[in-house]
Amino acid sequence: MIPAAFQYVKANSVAEALVLLQQHGEDAKLVAGGHSLLPAMKLRLSQPTVLIDIAAANDLKGIAVNGNTLSIGAGETYHAIASSAAVKRTCAIVADCVGQIGDIQVRNAGTIGGALAHADPAADLTAVFLALGGSVSVASASGTRQIAADDMFVAMLTTALDSGEIITTVHVPVIGAGQGASYAKLKHPASRYAIVGVAAMVSMSGGKITSARVAVTGAGPQAVRQTATEQALIGTDGGDAASKAAASKAGDDMDYLGDIHASEEYRRAMVKVYAARAISAAVAQARG
Amino acid sequence: MAKITVTVNGKTHTSDVEDRTLLVHYLREHLNLTGTHIGCDTSQCGACVVVVNGKSVKSCTTLAARCDGASVTTIEGLSPDGQLHPLQEGFWECHGLQCGFCTPGMIMAATDLLAQTPNPTDDEIRHGLEGNLCRCTGYHNIVRAVQYAAAKMRGEQVSSPNA
Repeated sequence: MIPAAFQYVKANSVAEALVLLQQHGEDAKLVAGGHSLLPAMKLRLSQPTVLIDIAAANDLKGIAVNGNTLSIGAGETYHAIASSAAVKRTCAIVADCVGQIGDIQVRNAGTIGGALAHADPAADLTAVFLALGGSVSVASASGTRQIAADDMFVAMLTTALDSGEIITTVHVPVIGAGQGASYAKLKHPASRYAIVGVAAMVSMSGGKITSARVAVTGAGPQAVRQTATEQALIGTDGGDAASKAAASKAGDDMDYLGDIHASEEYRRAMVKVYAARAISAAVAQARG
Repeated sequence: MAKITVTVNGKTHTSDVEDRTLLVHYLREHLNLTGTHIGCDTSQCGACVVVVNGKSVKSCTTLAARCDGASVTTIEGLSPDGQLHPLQEGFWECHGLQCGFCTPGMIMAATDLLAQTPNPTDDEIRHGLEGNLCRCTGYHNIVRAVQYAAAKMRGEQVSSPNA
């Protein structure tokens, strides 16, 4: 399969990409790894007339820890992030999550910014980003702004980004003492997309959970937080009984997608199973 | 149209390609290097894997235009002097294929794997080749073939399991 004709242009910096975006308007699309976009273009599900390649933009690279925040350049590949000592040390869930995406060829190409901007219903990073309560720095011709994870995912394949904006940096919290975060997924055996993926982050003090964020991907049109589960965890010891009770509330209030890989009913059941696994692992990590 | 200069298997080519040309079509149809196969065409099966600037990629999901200035190695580039590469020898010796359709992609993915992990466990090989699907044999002999090549590339004595 070959995509419909388009014009290919390379941007070597964010500034160049912004000029090109302005010049070509809404007919242009940014491409980084391209492993979501190019397959969609082959199927004519997406037909941009201009592709702006930002994979070589060096100002979208870099991984840095500043205080309690881990900042990852939007153009960093999954493989680079999964191999990063700084990411493993400060926010291991991110390294673990991206290390489970697709296969090594996908991880050599795909980028963290691309995953969040595309917001595939079965993406892994969307749930992790939501559970961590991260944010993205975004640039456009009119300046820069921050978008919080809770405001990012609007609908299926739709984010809060405007068409002239580029994600430049992804920020997530450093996981400190008394905190834990974990991602558990049921993967499609060929593509390794999440059929159901659940990310959980907990903070504990005096043996009790003081805050919790839990998010589900894969099961529905977009990644969503599970507030009933989060509320049920707070104040408990996070033990098996409490984790299972909280996990049993996961997925009750969300939209589902069923397909040939898994029915809606099956996904509904698996959300609870994988929520329990993610919560238990996060609690074990928080207890140290 | 894009004018690209790409070094493929050590030889530099300058070509005019349509902007939408995929690397796999460039290799097969412009350069007649048909060792790289097209399987699923959806970046899942790995039959089209080649190495670009030292990293394995799925050439069915890579634009040729992006490869301007890049160095590409395909299965044809592994044995420039007619001598089998240790991986090719391993697949031969360990019967790591039946129909052979997945083999070029398997071998190119394995070159990336062995460059990063010269002494892999069987699990690491299975994990490293998870982007390559074989529909004939199962993966047992493929893992043995990669172990054979890894040992040979480490300079160890290897012998054919069938000898």
